[in-house]
Amino acid sequence: MKKVINTLAIVLALAIGLSGAAGAQDSDHQAHQAADQDLEMPLADDSEMNHEEMNHEEMNHEEMNHEEMNREAMDHSDMNEMEAGSLRDPHAYSGGYERASGPYSLPEQPQVMLADEEVFAGLWMDRFELVDHENGEGAELEGYAWIGNSYRRLLLQTQIETVEGEVESGEVDLLFSQAISPFWNIRAGLHRSFGETADRDWLAIGIKGLAPYWFEVDAALHLGDNGHAAFDLEVEYELLLTQRLVLQPRIDIAAFSESDVKLGHGSGLSTIKTGARLRYEIDRQFAPYLGVERVKSFGETAGLLPLGSNQTETHWVLGLRFWF
Amino acid sequence: MKGKQPSLNQSGLASSAMMKSRRRFVQGLVGSGILSAGMTAAHSVYGASDRSDVRRPEELRGKIFNLTIDEVRVNFTGSTRSAAAINGSIPGPTLRWKEGDEVTINVTNRLSERTSLHWHGMILPFQMDGVPGISFPGIAPGETFQYRFKVQQSGTYWYHSHSAFQEMTGMYGAIIIEPASGERIQADQDHVIMLSEWTDEDPMYVFQKLKTMGHLYNFNQPTLPGLVRDIAEQGLGAAINKRDMFNVMRMKPTDLADLSAETLTYLINGITPAGNGTRLFAKGERVRLRIINAAGNTFFDVRIPDLPMTVVQVDGNDVEPVTIDEFRLGAGETFDVLVTPTEDAYTFFAETMDRTGYARGTLATRQGLTAPVPERREAQWLSMTDMMGNMSATGQDMSGMDHGSGDHDNMQMDMGESVRARHATSEFGPSTDMRVDFPRTNLDDPGVGLRETNRRVLTLADLRSLNGPFDHREPEREIELHLTGNMERYSWSIDGLEYGNSTPIHFRHGERLRVHLHNDTMMTHPMHLHGMWSDLEDADGNFLVRRHTLPVQPAQRVSFSVTADALGRWVWHCHLLFHMDAGMFREVVVV
Repeated sequence: MKKVINTLAIVLALAIGLSGAAGAQDSDHQAHQAADQDLEMPLADDSEMNHEEMNHEEMNHEEMNHEEMNREAMDHSDMNEMEAGSLRDPHAYSGGYERASGPYSLPEQPQVMLADEEVFAGLWMDRFELVDHENGEGAELEGYAWIGNSYRRLLLQTQIETVEGEVESGEVDLLFSQAISPFWNIRAGLHRSFGETADRDWLAIGIKGLAPYWFEVDAALHLGDNGHAAFDLEVEYELLLTQRLVLQPRIDIAAFSESDVKLGHGSGLSTIKTGARLRYEIDRQFAPYLGVERVKSFGETAGLLPLGSNQTETHWVLGLRFWF
Repeated sequence: MKGKQPSLNQSGLASSAMMKSRRRFVQGLVGSGILSAGMTAAHSVYGASDRSDVRRPEELRGKIFNLTIDEVRVNFTGSTRSAAAINGSIPGPTLRWKEGDEVTINVTNRLSERTSLHWHGMILPFQMDGVPGISFPGIAPGETFQYRFKVQQSGTYWYHSHSAFQEMTGMYGAIIIEPASGERIQADQDHVIMLSEWTDEDPMYVFQKLKTMGHLYNFNQPTLPGLVRDIAEQGLGAAINKRDMFNVMRMKPTDLADLSAETLTYLINGITPAGNGTRLFAKGERVRLRIINAAGNTFFDVRIPDLPMTVVQVDGNDVEPVTIDEFRLGAGETFDVLVTPTEDAYTFFAETMDRTGYARGTLATRQGLTAPVPERREAQWLSMTDMMGNMSATGQDMSGMDHGSGDHDNMQMDMGESVRARHATSEFGPSTDMRVDFPRTNLDDPGVGLRETNRRVLTLADLRSLNGPFDHREPEREIELHLTGNMERYSWSIDGLEYGNSTPIHFRHGERLRVHLHNDTMMTHPMHLHGMWSDLEDADGNFLVRRHTLPVQPAQRVSFSVTADALGRWVWHCHLLFHMDAGMFREVVVV
């Protein structure tokens, strides 16, 4: 298992390097200096500051770093909190000195590199479960591998449903995730959905994060060729019955702009899955669960179901949540 | 993905194995850390491979010291692990120096990775400070680095690795410096009590896991039954109110420690609670305890039931004696206390701030005696004070908000003068999950979990340096730094910028400046400035006490002045190692 993850991590590392996302780790000093200079902006005037920010972002895209991310988010969400003149430049105390250069520095030596500049990777398997379908035994998995830091990550995400050992439907995403606020990330990339007889490729854009009151939200819009669009919304909540026994209600809504007979969905609201899983956390990383899920098909999608299928199916699931 | 779903039966088995090992984490092994290899048969019940090669710390005196860093096998929990030890012992040897001496310390690295030793709290040339990449290149495998400096101070200090998480794997030891004019504090017995922590996990993997789940080790989270109980006892409105702000802000009210006894075993002088390290005295003797917190990530609440402690020195600096029953000790801080025991045995009890575990030892008139070990207390929830700061300044009526959080006393506390925080422009992004606009500036708050007790609990406001202030100049300028973080992402920073995005802080050589450390997080951060003293002041600017490590509570502003008399490059960071490594770390340039 560890080998597989390592290999995956290496592949992802290469991908992230190619995509230029490694720039997130950039600690280049010139970039820094540029950012510093830009930070010496007149704080007394909010509108002027916004203006400068805009210019800065337009001109310095390659030098995008955390500071800019921070300021970008600030511009969008928190501007009203900032009273004129009440904010500080975080580099104002530097006196123009820089790390690793200038008096008493050790420029030739290995520099301090803390975990904020390191790249981490992990695997999160949210659902890895057996499903007791009306038309046979099935299995589902939903999870992702990630590589990156606190704010930027590359994800390889998948969701696969099988019945009687045959893949019935599935999705694979290659996503770049960028933090835009303390609890939210925007994600963009490629999405492939596959059914028994056809595959579809989409562009994916979405938002994932933690809403107030601890609702985990994952919303994605998929844009296919021919102007097809799909929307998927997942919301989860964790209700602690004890420190280790956790009830997780979950809702998953899928909707499509056009019908696609091969993939088995109509246009409009397609399915709503509501489920509840009761898991026992042997430790936080390893938790078997038992759950129940109700899948309701709507409109054209319901019409595409095989003859004799119910519009609403309720089934038990038995699974494992784990992560590394 | 290999394998099938485990059956419930399997998970049940795993669970009971887990409970067993969990007990071992809290208590540790009896023999761990102190026995030589020859005595490991005593706990061979845990398997043939469970052995420990670690030795007891020696005491070294003189002017020339030779220290060797090497890998040793340890067994604190029933599992053998590899640790990094100084001269083969954990803690490393206690170094006894004399004020005014020039000491030479030859440090040889026998590890397979680079290492370093930092002399915590010592005033010395920056090249001798031991921070790799800032003061020197670090010590490569196989190399010997010679530290040499004049000892210009006296008291209790300590030393530790400043490389990655090596400190957590055993690299720490005590320093005792005798004043040039002889010991001022008279005591019949003199014992080092070095508190620390041990994890069987790889600290770097622990850190990575926290990046995925910040509350990974918190097994004291709000639950549904807890809500039901609160509704029954306090009514629906109060129960909802108690939780509402935390839920809106997506904060855990029990976020008191990132690492708990779930993974840590707490040690005194390298000995587990079950091992019960014992220090001796004769009845009526005056005993000096030099208490050092060398833990990487833990605050301890220290007490000796039925034995009042008189604090006489803090961070190596003598203070006006103050007699108390309990004090909170942050990572990096040192407290010297005098006790005069009259019974045969007392338990030295250092309960962790999150109440999941404790370090324990015994003070006794002879080996083998024990005293009762107190029950661990229940963890208290963080209060609105910890989240909002000075609530009277915000004009918000919080009455009712605090019901049930056990914080009634605190409601009456004077939050100090109302000051408005000046946030940095970089605090408005993903790195910062909370900002406090009006911090509390009072220093007489013992902190969450110690507020409602009949015991005398030490606060920062109780400390007064003898012979201070040491620099009578009024500070020429003030700087304000905000301690920031995001628990969901497990990122820690200053002014919302991690070290990798930061610029150094410049002190003008010779200046006296005032620093305001303002905590925009819900955790307490022991902030350690290298190379120069932090002279703590009250909110009116009156000097209180000279420190090298200052704890800043949630939503609190702590102010101190610094005499920038030490040329060079230094660092300034949270001494919770994971916060430091996550980026709550700054370079300081004194030019």
